[in-house]
Amino acid sequence: MAVLVLAEHSNSALNEATAKAVSAAGGLGGDIHVLVAGQGARPAAEAAAKLAGVAKVLLAEDAGLANGLAEPVADLIAQLAPGYDAIVAPATANGKNALPRAAALLDVQVISGVTKVLGPDTFERPIYAGNAIQTVKSRDARKLLSIMTASFPAAGAGGAASIESVAAPASSGLSAFVSEEVSKSDRPELASAKIIVSGGRALGSAEKFHEVIEPLADKLGAAIGASRAAVDAGYAPNDLQVGQTGKVVAPQLYIACGISGAIQHLAGMKDSKVIVAINKDPDAPIFQVADYGLVADLFEAVPALNRAL
Amino acid sequence: MKILVPVKRVVDYNVKIRVKADGSGVELANVKMSMNPFDEIAVEEALRLKEAGKAAEVVVVSIGPAGAAETIRTGLAMGADRGILIKTDASVEPLGVAKLLKAVIANEAPGLVIMGKQAIDDDMNATGQMLAALLGWGQGTFASKVAMGDGTVDVTREVDGGLQTVSLKLPAIVTTDLRLNEPRYASLPNIMKAKKKPLDETTPEALGIDISPRLEVLRTAEPPTRKAGVKVASVEELVQKLKTEAGVL
Repeated sequence: MAVLVLAEHSNSALNEATAKAVSAAGGLGGDIHVLVAGQGARPAAEAAAKLAGVAKVLLAEDAGLANGLAEPVADLIAQLAPGYDAIVAPATANGKNALPRAAALLDVQVISGVTKVLGPDTFERPIYAGNAIQTVKSRDARKLLSIMTASFPAAGAGGAASIESVAAPASSGLSAFVSEEVSKSDRPELASAKIIVSGGRALGSAEKFHEVIEPLADKLGAAIGASRAAVDAGYAPNDLQVGQTGKVVAPQLYIACGISGAIQHLAGMKDSKVIVAINKDPDAPIFQVADYGLVADLFEAVPALNRAL
Repeated sequence: MKILVPVKRVVDYNVKIRVKADGSGVELANVKMSMNPFDEIAVEEALRLKEAGKAAEVVVVSIGPAGAAETIRTGLAMGADRGILIKTDASVEPLGVAKLLKAVIANEAPGLVIMGKQAIDDDMNATGQMLAALLGWGQGTFASKVAMGDGTVDVTREVDGGLQTVSLKLPAIVTTDLRLNEPRYASLPNIMKAKKKPLDETTPEALGIDISPRLEVLRTAEPPTRKAGVKVASVEELVQKLKTEAGVL
């Protein structure tokens, strides 16, 4: 038995989601190999080789792989698949894009958003926006699964795997990269932050969102999140959305400011270690999951919290 | 150009679902059903392309029991031209759905397929990608903008950390994200008109497609509930508890 893990990376660096996928792969049993597909991606491959539990890193480098397009990445996975019993990807935007495509090429039903590995063929995954948990057993000979990064610890350091080059697939010419607009920020990444300060519709405007949420996040060295309502209202960019249709997070501390706690949002943050809710409506559903609730006007309480820290 | 829009009948997104006590699944009897919200966005996008003169016909396809015809009628009432129902009482997984759609596409030969990025019941987020693979077409998933070119389509995608734009050779698959558009409501006259629009029926057997499931659902359970904690009276008390009791600051 051997498991191939699709690495999430930026060519120059390895994303922590990879370490989480490696630890999930550990639950399947067998040797773990990591596939780094990119261009100029040796630094990412070297970082992957240092992860505990990794036996080998496969490095595929090609201009067509530089931007993680699904078509060549899926072709590459399908090409390597005969050597593996299972293929695991983190449920990042890239993983969710490429893995189901690879699964169809292999005539396998992909299992998306796995939160628990119960054995080599049995997995738990949330359905209905986390309102039910399904346990499924795959009948496919080869398993392809994407894992919710918030549900698995990151594999530690201490590995010394070899790096082997593999050939990139021939270009299909189906898709081409045009451009990218990635928000630049000095703050920690939402998916892996230890502390998240999140704002909701109660903020009332994009200006207030910046004015109230940012200073507290800066003081705590926290990432900033937002509810779908705040994103839809244009108070925060969409990549900050926490929830079933946005990012699923599990920080040490999640501070929800002016977020009522729609089911959709709770599905994205209820695995946080400690949840703090600040809301002026004492009946807001967010208080049903919060460890510490403060019924207060966020425009007074959040700045006061910032001063008190 | 013809646009094909697959739509799924799911439990309405406003309904709080109930897990059956015996762990066999989610209660679907007497529950309000609607078109999957991401698929409504897909229908809307197809209609806007038709209204902009970029497409000639919009065909909606659904796979499901007889009731799925209502979901197709919803699409027709929004403005789609005709519908195809692939009738089955079986629960069809994304791979099976993709195979059925591939068979329909072989007959219909659309220039573009627009579909929801995921269904809000099984949350698989897979059918569009799988269909693209089976057809050997390019895919633009999680779209927040679709711009038709000459023999190509540019799709702006919501990715981790921002947006990515890709150019796909047509025919191609686009899957919709929430912010692509705001779907229209069907007007009463259009709901009446939709009743007269053509709706063909077929079956997986007639299409010659094996849809037997690859996943065995062992059980369906309520998620673990998180207990409500305490209300604190002041910011000072909150900080003190976070420092001493919770130990997270």
